[in-house]
Amino acid sequence: MVMTPSTKMFLRTAANVLNRRAFSTSRVTCAQQMTVRDALNQALDEEMERDEGVFIMGEEVAQYDGAYKVSRGLWKKYGDKRVIDTPITEIGFAGICTGAAFAGLKPVCEFMTFNFSMQAIDHIINSAAKTYYMSAGRISVPIVFRGPNGAAAGVGAQHSQCFGAWFAHCPGLKVISPYNSEDCKGLLKAAIRDPDPVVFLENELLYGNQYPMSDEALSKDFVLPIGKAKIERPGNHITLVAHSKAVELALEAANELAGQGIECEVINLRSLRPLDTQTIEQSVVKTNHLVTVEQGWPTCGIGSEISARIMESEAFYHLDSPIVRVTGMDLPMPYTKSLEVYALPRAEDVVTAVKKVLGARSK
Amino acid sequence: MSLRHVCSALSRKVRLSGPNCLRQNLISQARHYAHPASKSQLEDESAKFPGAKANYTHSLELVPPGSTDPFPVYRVMDLEGQVLNSSEDPKLNQDIVEKMYKDMTMLNTMDRILYESQRQGRISFYMTSYGEEATHIGSAAALKPNDLVYGQYREAGVLLWRGFTLDEFMNQCYGNSGDEGKGRQMPVHYGSRKLNFVTISSPLSTQMPQAVGSAYAMKRSKSGNCVIVYFGDGAASEGDAYVAFNFAATLDCPVIFFCRNNGFAISTPTHEQYRGDAVAGRGPAFGITAIRVDGNDVFAVYNATKAAADLAVKHNKPVIVEAMTYRVGHHSTSDDSSAYRSIEEVNLWDSTDQPITRLRKYMERKGWWNDSQEKEWKESTRKQVLKSFGEAEKRPKPSWKEMFNDVYKDVPSHLREQMKEMEDHVQNHKEHYPLSSYKS
Repeated sequence: MVMTPSTKMFLRTAANVLNRRAFSTSRVTCAQQMTVRDALNQALDEEMERDEGVFIMGEEVAQYDGAYKVSRGLWKKYGDKRVIDTPITEIGFAGICTGAAFAGLKPVCEFMTFNFSMQAIDHIINSAAKTYYMSAGRISVPIVFRGPNGAAAGVGAQHSQCFGAWFAHCPGLKVISPYNSEDCKGLLKAAIRDPDPVVFLENELLYGNQYPMSDEALSKDFVLPIGKAKIERPGNHITLVAHSKAVELALEAANELAGQGIECEVINLRSLRPLDTQTIEQSVVKTNHLVTVEQGWPTCGIGSEISARIMESEAFYHLDSPIVRVTGMDLPMPYTKSLEVYALPRAEDVVTAVKKVLGARSK
Repeated sequence: MSLRHVCSALSRKVRLSGPNCLRQNLISQARHYAHPASKSQLEDESAKFPGAKANYTHSLELVPPGSTDPFPVYRVMDLEGQVLNSSEDPKLNQDIVEKMYKDMTMLNTMDRILYESQRQGRISFYMTSYGEEATHIGSAAALKPNDLVYGQYREAGVLLWRGFTLDEFMNQCYGNSGDEGKGRQMPVHYGSRKLNFVTISSPLSTQMPQAVGSAYAMKRSKSGNCVIVYFGDGAASEGDAYVAFNFAATLDCPVIFFCRNNGFAISTPTHEQYRGDAVAGRGPAFGITAIRVDGNDVFAVYNATKAAADLAVKHNKPVIVEAMTYRVGHHSTSDDSSAYRSIEEVNLWDSTDQPITRLRKYMERKGWWNDSQEKEWKESTRKQVLKSFGEAEKRPKPSWKEMFNDVYKDVPSHLREQMKEMEDHVQNHKEHYPLSSYKS
């Protein structure tokens, strides 16, 4: 469709009028929409304003506004001292940030994507995560490592992978994997304020998505607790546990299944370490069925960890059938678009898994 | 960052802003990085590329390594402890020089006893500093107490100079309840908040970019202090070393890169470790001020470190100090160096170019030290070390519950549960556990 500037203007005005005149006053429909990118940007801005010790370091974060524009406008506002472009070496700026945290500053270390964090992993695992312990509590490391994680689109094996399980494996780190704009704002602020090192795993494909922001979430005081999952959709028949973009899949599947009379309870983990086992257990006690959904690989994945924890808990006795994991394929991401689609879990895979699990009960 | 991102960054710019904006962007960036170049200026002898400031040449030349002179080795005293150029004598007073000497010899005695104790199976690991005492003491003496130290692992002398007590050394090596580190680290992985000495990290060279990060924090706080980071000739090959140099230079951080070039990375000799003019030689390549110094000459190390600290603090600049020395001891208790170097070679260094002997000769010349003082002091250090050693051995281990603390600022619930579980277990089976050797 060809749109002239005047039709565009008309449509925009019409949309504004409709928005203002919306009949519904329920929270979601009247809430302001915000992209994940803007929510992250707002969180950074507010925390930088609140605490002089907070600074951002990474590649292209300053004048270029960040490779994914998450730090947009911050260099103009806070200057060279607090938004710092670095030479291209992850091992370097991850180390610099770790040292700055040792010395009392609160660095936000941006990896252009977490794929490149592997070059810096020694600083994250061996220094940031362990120094508080090894120094017997004398050196704390209040640092946030953040950037996009998980599968992107059409960028092949080295740019499409989830590091959630990698980092969640390591004691000393806190690991956050948010889904929507509220998650991103509330949890990034919590991460920056946290005294421990936090790995904050964003999702490249969600940056541009808009989600409703409640009035509360728009406030400067909006901070979400790290380690608490959120029930995105209540249901009685089966529990779907997911994190990051997989929450979207779980919700899509739940929507489709609702039409078939199956009510799924969808849990958005928000945080991978600490993992909110309690919320999952309570849900399983109610629904007696569990499917985990993630984009990462199956082996030693988040779903594996959840399964093991349920096995070890009272909730196990409430299961009517075995847990099923829906994950990415156990192989490096193919570049070919037609294969990429199948290498990642789809909503229909979740639907199939749910039916399999529920079907097992009737046998 | 990967190629994909460089390309997509460029193409995104085109897409987002259109070709016209791109041109303007590039022009404004060019202005940011280099002086505007007119046609006539381009024809000058000096090139105006944003990536380098250099002259044009009309003759082809591939520049071989070694085309500039290697960094000279700065020295104040000769092997006989005689000052070579009186204007270079730091003219430290007798008390200071005596403390230097006493700390160097104390370090030596402590090393002997702790090394032997590892051999007897009383502690698990140890690293001596034989032959490198002057690099520790000379540099430590030149710094202010609030200058932050990142050690590699062989810098016990720096702590000794700052006032780490023998008890503190022994408690750490024994990992007992007197150890401020709660027995969490291998022997010699010291750390002290009050003495501004960051806890040692085992993976080689990670301390280097971290030191630059701390120096950046110092620059921001305008504290008037600097950071010193120690590393060896082997550690200088790690990627961390290169990024640390580059970041310190580009971020203008007040940090001293102090290389103890002792000839060996465990068994690897320096001629297999690098080409070119060693570590100081990398200074010019990174745009960093550098100096090479005789690491067995405590006054040369002192002068070089002092000048480096002044420059670092006044101008927020990094400095490389490369101290040339010889590792007389084995790398650690896990090493037997006779497999890769001759005992004769070691003995030659130990007998002809020994930093402690050189300083003693200087003091004897001044009439500040004599044989009877030497005998008395040697005896006294031995006694002090053995007393502290004996006490540390008897001290109980830290409470086992400490195992669960300090993973996070607040103990998470699963660790609290595990601690409780272990507590109940130990309580129920206490006859099987040596509880009397742990602090309750």
